[in-house]
Amino acid sequence: MKLYLKIWRQLNPDADGKLVDYELNGVEEDMSFLEMLDYLNEKLITKDEMPVEFDHDCREGICGTCGLFINGRAHGPLAGTTTCQLHMRSFADGDTIYIEPFRGGAFQVIRDLKVDRSSMDRILQAGGFISTSVGDAPEANTTPITHAEAESAFDSAACIGCGACVATCKNGSAALFTAAKIAHLAKLPQGKPEAKQRVVNMVTQMDQEGFGHCSNTHACQVECPQEISVANIDRMNWEYNRARLLK
Amino acid sequence: MATRQKEMDAKIPAGPLAEKWSRYKATCRLVSFNNKKKLDIIVVGTGLAGSAAAASFAEGGYHVKSFCFQDSARRAHSVAAQGGVNAAKNYQNDGDSIYRMFYDTIKGGDFRAREANVYRLAECSANLIDQAVAQGVPFGREYGGYLANRSFGGVQVRRTFYARGQTGQQLLMGAYASLIRQVNLGKVKLYPRHEMLELVVIDGKARGIITRNLETGEIERHGAHAVVLATGGFGKIFYLSTLAMGCNGSAIWRAHKKGAYMASPSWTQIHPTSLPQSGEHQSKLTLMSESLRNDGRIWVPKKAGEERQPNDIPEEDRDYYLERKYPSFGNLAPRDISSRAAKERIDAGNGVGPLKNAVYLDFKDAIKEYGMDVIKQRYGNLFRMYEKITGVNAYLEPMKISPAAHFSMGGLWVDYELGTTIPGLYALGECNFSDHGANRLGANSLLQACVDGYFIIPYTIGNYLADDIKTGSIDTGHPAFAEAEKAATDMLNRLTGINGSKTADYYHKKLGKLLWDYCGVSRSEKGLKTAIEAIQSLRKSFREDLKVPGTPAEVNSELEKAGRVADYLELGELMCHDALTRHESCGAHFREEYRTEEGEALRDDENFAFISCWGYNGDGRAPTLHKEHLNFEDVKLISRDYK
Repeated sequence: MKLYLKIWRQLNPDADGKLVDYELNGVEEDMSFLEMLDYLNEKLITKDEMPVEFDHDCREGICGTCGLFINGRAHGPLAGTTTCQLHMRSFADGDTIYIEPFRGGAFQVIRDLKVDRSSMDRILQAGGFISTSVGDAPEANTTPITHAEAESAFDSAACIGCGACVATCKNGSAALFTAAKIAHLAKLPQGKPEAKQRVVNMVTQMDQEGFGHCSNTHACQVECPQEISVANIDRMNWEYNRARLLK
Repeated sequence: MATRQKEMDAKIPAGPLAEKWSRYKATCRLVSFNNKKKLDIIVVGTGLAGSAAAASFAEGGYHVKSFCFQDSARRAHSVAAQGGVNAAKNYQNDGDSIYRMFYDTIKGGDFRAREANVYRLAECSANLIDQAVAQGVPFGREYGGYLANRSFGGVQVRRTFYARGQTGQQLLMGAYASLIRQVNLGKVKLYPRHEMLELVVIDGKARGIITRNLETGEIERHGAHAVVLATGGFGKIFYLSTLAMGCNGSAIWRAHKKGAYMASPSWTQIHPTSLPQSGEHQSKLTLMSESLRNDGRIWVPKKAGEERQPNDIPEEDRDYYLERKYPSFGNLAPRDISSRAAKERIDAGNGVGPLKNAVYLDFKDAIKEYGMDVIKQRYGNLFRMYEKITGVNAYLEPMKISPAAHFSMGGLWVDYELGTTIPGLYALGECNFSDHGANRLGANSLLQACVDGYFIIPYTIGNYLADDIKTGSIDTGHPAFAEAEKAATDMLNRLTGINGSKTADYYHKKLGKLLWDYCGVSRSEKGLKTAIEAIQSLRKSFREDLKVPGTPAEVNSELEKAGRVADYLELGELMCHDALTRHESCGAHFREEYRTEEGEALRDDENFAFISCWGYNGDGRAPTLHKEHLNFEDVKLISRDYK
C-alpha cells in the first residue's frame, strides 16, 4: 500500500518543529507501525536524509518506551494497544497519517518523535516504593492477601508508564499514572504503613513537575494501552484527603 | 600475542555442597558500614540483576552510579518475561526441596553447569519470594490468601510463582522501587539514556567506564572502585529474536576485549513457540507463552509443499510429529528438543504459512474436549495478542508458530563470586554464563537475575573491596581514562566517517541469517566453517561500506545501532568458533555429527565436561581456549531421554 505521512520533525528541544510530508510506497499490512517507520528510515538514509528519531524497545507492548500520537490519538486507533503492537492492516491504501510525539507540559521533545518523560520517573522517586531492604523481609505467607485484593493490586500495578494518559489529557495531567502506583501500594498490606506520606509526596511532586490537574474527562482510561481504570484516581483522591484531613 | 591455555579456577569454597554458600558468607571479608561510604560502585544495566544489585549496594552504604541505555530504568528487558519465577518453597507439599530444584536445574542444563552455583541458586530462591512480596509484587494468590504456584517444563513439582503473564514486569517494578528509594535517599545516581562504550582498567583492575550520553552525544568518564555489568543477553545478535530492539552484547564484548573471558558464547536457547517471520521488514519475533503447549497440539502437513488451508487437511494427512517422536512427553517436550523437531520438519519442506517457516499449534481438539469457555479462560489473553499481531482468530484456525532465538546461556565467564577474569569487574544475570548450563529451564532466568543481584554480589563484592578502603576516590584524570576515551571517540568517528552505502540494519540482518542458518538450532562443521568465512567478509564490507548519517555529537540512533552491530560481527564469529570446537551435542548445542542412531543429541562427558572460556587475542587473531572442568561430586551424569 501507499501512504502519505505527515511526521513531526524537530531538531532539538529549543528548535521550532513542523510536520513534514513523506510519500511511502510498498508498505505491507503485516508490518507493525514501527516497522513501517524503520522502512521509511531505511529509505531516508539511502537518500542521504536524516532518519526520523523515535523511542521504542521491546516491541511487544510491555516496556512502555514507544508512544506516538497517530491521527490525533495516543498509540493510534486501536483500544488497549501500544504503538508497537499496532499493525498497518489497521490502515488503508492511500491513507494520510499524522504522526506526532507525545506532548504535555511536563514532557519535552528531544528530537522528532523522541520525548523526555523523566518527569514521570521523578514522581515515582518521590514515594512509589515500600521501604524494605534486602534481609528484612518476613516469610512470604505470613501475611495472607485475598485473591481479590491481589488481583485488584495487580490491575493497578499493570501500568507500563508510557505517558499516553498525559499525552491525551487536555490538561496534560499525570493523574492516572500517579494514581495507579498509589493505588497498587495502598491496596496491599505491605504498602499501608507509608500510604499517607506516599500519596502526599507523589502528588506534590506531580504538581512540581508541571503536570496539569485532573478534570475527570476520563480520556486517559480510553487511551491507556493497559486499560487502567480511572477508579484509581478516585482511590488516589481518597488517600490524599485521608492523609491531609486525618493527621 | 596468543595467551597460554590454562585451567580456570572457579574459587568454589570447600566443604559439602549444602554448606558451601553459608561457609562462604561466614568467612568472607566484610567492609564495615563506615567504610562503605568511601567506596563507589558502577552498575551497568537496570534490569532485575542490575537494579537489585544497585539497590542492595546502596542499602549497605556504598555510593552507586547506575547506567542504562533506556529512557527509564524501569524499561529494561526483564520487563518482558511472562511466565514466572521458580522457588523451592514447597508450599504445595509436593516433595520440592532445595536439592530437588538443584537437580532439576543441573539436569535441565544437560550437566554443563557448575554444581556449587546451581545449588546456591536453589538455596537462595525461597528468600527471593519473601523479598518480592515485601516490595509489593502482586503474585497470584489462592482464595485463602496464600501464594499460588503453577508448573513449568522439565519438572514434576509446582514451584513457579507468577503475576498473571507479566511476572517479569512486576518483579522489575519491585526491584525498580528498591532502586528509586535509594535514589530518593541520595545513595544512587541514575544515568538513563547512557551507553557504556569502554571499560577503564588501571593496574589490572576495573576502575571505571566511558559512556555516551544518548541525548546529547557527550562522552563522559565515570570512575569507581568496582564495575558491575548486568547488561542482559545478546540473543538479538540473530536480528530476529524475542528480545528488545536495544538488547546488545556491547558492554560485555568491550570488556572481553579488555581481558574478560567469554564462556560458551554459542549456547543460545531457541524458544519453540514464537510467532513466525511474516515478511522481510519484520524486526521482532513475539513470544507466545510455553503454557499453550499444555492444550495445543503441534502438527505439520504430511505432504511437503501442501497447499490446502489447515482446516481442509484431514487427520490422516497431518503429522503430529512431537507426539510421534516423543510419545511420553509429546507436545510438552523440552524447549531445545521441540525447536529442533520443528526445524527438521520445516527444512524438509513441510513448513506452513506464506514463507513455509512455521508449524501449526492447534486447539481444535482441546476446544472439543473442554469447550470454548475453558480455553478462553486459560489462554484468552494470548489468543487476543495473537489476533492483534497476525489478524487471525486462533479459535477458528490453528496458530502458526516457529522457533526463535530467546536466551543466552553463554556470556562472560565468572567464578563463584561472580567475578570475571578482570579483578573488580563483575557480571550478573543473563550477561554471565553461570547457572543454566547448556539449556535453561523455564522460570529460572528471573530467578538467577534476582539472586545474583540481591543475595550474592552484595557479599562477594565486599570480599574484594575490603582491600580498597584506603584507595580514595578514583581519579578520572588518570591516563587510562584518557586512553579509553580516545578509543571510544575514535570508534564513533570511524563509524560515522565510512560514509558507505549500507545501513547497520542491513548488516545486522545478514549476520542474523548466517547465525540462524549455521549456529542456531543445529550446527555442523561444514556450516560453521562457511559461517566464519562469511562473517569475516561481512565484517570487512561493514568496515568499508557502512552508512551512518549524522555525527556522534547529537542524538543518533543509527550510530547506536552501528556500534552494537560492529560488536555483533565480532561476537558472532566467536560463537561459531565456540560451536565448532565443541565436538559433542549438549542442550541447545546440537552438532549434526554427534548424535545417536535415532538422531538424538549425543553428549561426550569424557572429553567435553568443561566450560569453554575464550580469551581475546586481537582483531583477526584466533582466540585462546581455556577450560573450566566441571567436577560432579553430588550428581551422576545421565543422558536426557524424552521418548
